[in-house]
Amino acid sequence: MVPLAFMLSLSLKTCNPATGACVMTWHWGEFPSEISLYHQEFITSLYFAAVSTVVDLVVSFPIAYWIAFYGGRRKNFFLLMLLVPFFVSFVIRTIVWEFVLANNGVVLGTLKHLHLLPSGFHVLGTGYAVMAGLAYNYLPFTALPLYVALERIDRRVLEAAYDLYATRRAGFLRVILPLTVPGIFAAFLLTFIPMFGDYVNQEILGGTSNTMIGTVIQNQFLVNFDFAGGASLSAILLVIALVGIYAYARLLGSRTIEQYL
Amino acid sequence: MALRAEGETASPSEPSERVAGKTARPGRAGRILAVESADVEFVGITKEFHELTAVDDLNLKVEAGEFFSLLGPSGCGKTTSLRMLGGFEEPTRGRILLGGQDVTNLPPYRRDVNTVFQSYALFPHLNVFENVAFGLRRRRFDRAEIRRRVSQMLEIVDLPNYEKRQSSQLSGGQQQRVALARALVNEPKVLLLDEPMSALDAKLRRQMQIELKRIQAQVGITFLYVTHDQEEAMTMSNRLAVMWHGRIEGMGSPKDVYDNPTTEFVASFLGASNLLPGTIESSAADAVTIAVAGGATMHVPPQRVSRLESSSDVKVGVRPEKIGFLEQGNDVPASHNAIGGRVVVSTFTGVGNQYIVETAIGVSITVYAQNIGHQSAPRSGDEVILTWPIEHTFTVAPLPTSVEINETEGD
Repeated sequence: MVPLAFMLSLSLKTCNPATGACVMTWHWGEFPSEISLYHQEFITSLYFAAVSTVVDLVVSFPIAYWIAFYGGRRKNFFLLMLLVPFFVSFVIRTIVWEFVLANNGVVLGTLKHLHLLPSGFHVLGTGYAVMAGLAYNYLPFTALPLYVALERIDRRVLEAAYDLYATRRAGFLRVILPLTVPGIFAAFLLTFIPMFGDYVNQEILGGTSNTMIGTVIQNQFLVNFDFAGGASLSAILLVIALVGIYAYARLLGSRTIEQYL
Repeated sequence: MALRAEGETASPSEPSERVAGKTARPGRAGRILAVESADVEFVGITKEFHELTAVDDLNLKVEAGEFFSLLGPSGCGKTTSLRMLGGFEEPTRGRILLGGQDVTNLPPYRRDVNTVFQSYALFPHLNVFENVAFGLRRRRFDRAEIRRRVSQMLEIVDLPNYEKRQSSQLSGGQQQRVALARALVNEPKVLLLDEPMSALDAKLRRQMQIELKRIQAQVGITFLYVTHDQEEAMTMSNRLAVMWHGRIEGMGSPKDVYDNPTTEFVASFLGASNLLPGTIESSAADAVTIAVAGGATMHVPPQRVSRLESSSDVKVGVRPEKIGFLEQGNDVPASHNAIGGRVVVSTFTGVGNQYIVETAIGVSITVYAQNIGHQSAPRSGDEVILTWPIEHTFTVAPLPTSVEINETEGD
């Protein structure tokens, strides 16, 4: 909480970029000016994070479903397989992903060699590369809450549905899916919010275009030494995250949050 | 009262001298006017899980409108049998008929049966109304009809105005009523109940037993009830089957099965029995004479003799409440069997006294005497002679000595 309080107070200070000294001036004007300057980056971040989160939900739901319902005694093994790549550092993983997506790398190089893609085709440096990287890096944060939600469904409740004339389809739509909703929401929050502020993927995979808000914040602090500006951008991100969690608590009750975090 | 005797047990220890006396009984009189057809029929049903045979060649008929119980200790195959009828387990061999139609290979949602699960398994995300309406919605009833039927059923289970409650806000007894309503509202051919009382405390359980009988009388649906509680099964059923190791050990009306146990297991599991090892000496038209270990001779009515054809070894049985003490100085009447012993435990239970009497052959005999006070109660240490009418004596085939009957139950 101390760094957080420091950051929030910093956003209201005025700093001297040359010396780094900051004085409290209660300068609220930092917020509107940062928003007007960087709203495009906010929109880009929102778009990338939203698409990548949806991709993660779509990809990890079948995986989590399969492990929860058909994993049998090897459930833990399958979960471990899902997690092992993520024992490697975030940055390293992203750099390896860069090799994978490289213009003449494993995937594109092979496809180009087979003349399935034109030789000028590239992914790196585009928004697609950033979204692919985001989706890859945050997959476990979607898969695990979904798995927990699916695993917690009482199999006898599902049997009761079949007993009450529910076909497998109706059992899925009327029982499994509604009981998974808190897990889907938790997965959404755990994935979307960190993606929104992520800068590593954009830095490594996105080239110079498609700047995300995380990159802007990083530059404000480390390149421009505009501490107040960076801090106020961070504060805006924090507010967005809190609004999301508040919506979750209102819709599904605060107790379900604890069960998934 | 439904007293039926066809389709009696197919157990290998089935007595030979028993069957003749039991067949022709009057058909059921009552509410159900339809032709007496079996609602449920298990034909040679066997279920094997890997090495284990959970249900072994089960043959069973349940009539329309009956309250039928499958009774037995845990692991006897009663729940597996129920789950095969529900469609949750597939039999390894055999066929299951429902109202004459073969349903062996149908999925659960295409069978006209509904289940009250042991854990109730209410839908946690739906309120009471939606829980009860679930089956009707799947079968696409129109809204007004669903509303009408659900309200009527909540009325029957005594939960009116509970429509909007969440299942987590209900007590155990209320959850059970919702589970019951959720199944019954579909008007299935047969309602399956899998130990529905096991999660309730004793007082609520007795109340729900009465409630359940009332509801069954009201809706007129066949109930197939699984329980390990012999008292519950006897209180509620028209007929019951006692199961053990995947087989039916005894079947009939509770009174029939209690009074005429056909195997040692039934004699011990359904109520209590005193069993004395003996050998058949001779058979006459009016009585079979048996030499009991220790030198005593006992007589048993021929129609109450169950034994293996290959052996004349039997166990002579008598229920504790049938035994009395011979008054001092009197002779044993010719209509009675008798055995001597010494009282080792005497317990006053309010409604009566319970005695444990040790006989010369080392077998302890339990006696229940009603508290009606015309007899001086024997005290611990007294030498007594126990007598009981010949007509209340029965025999069963002894179990192999290696087999132990485990009466206790923790499900």
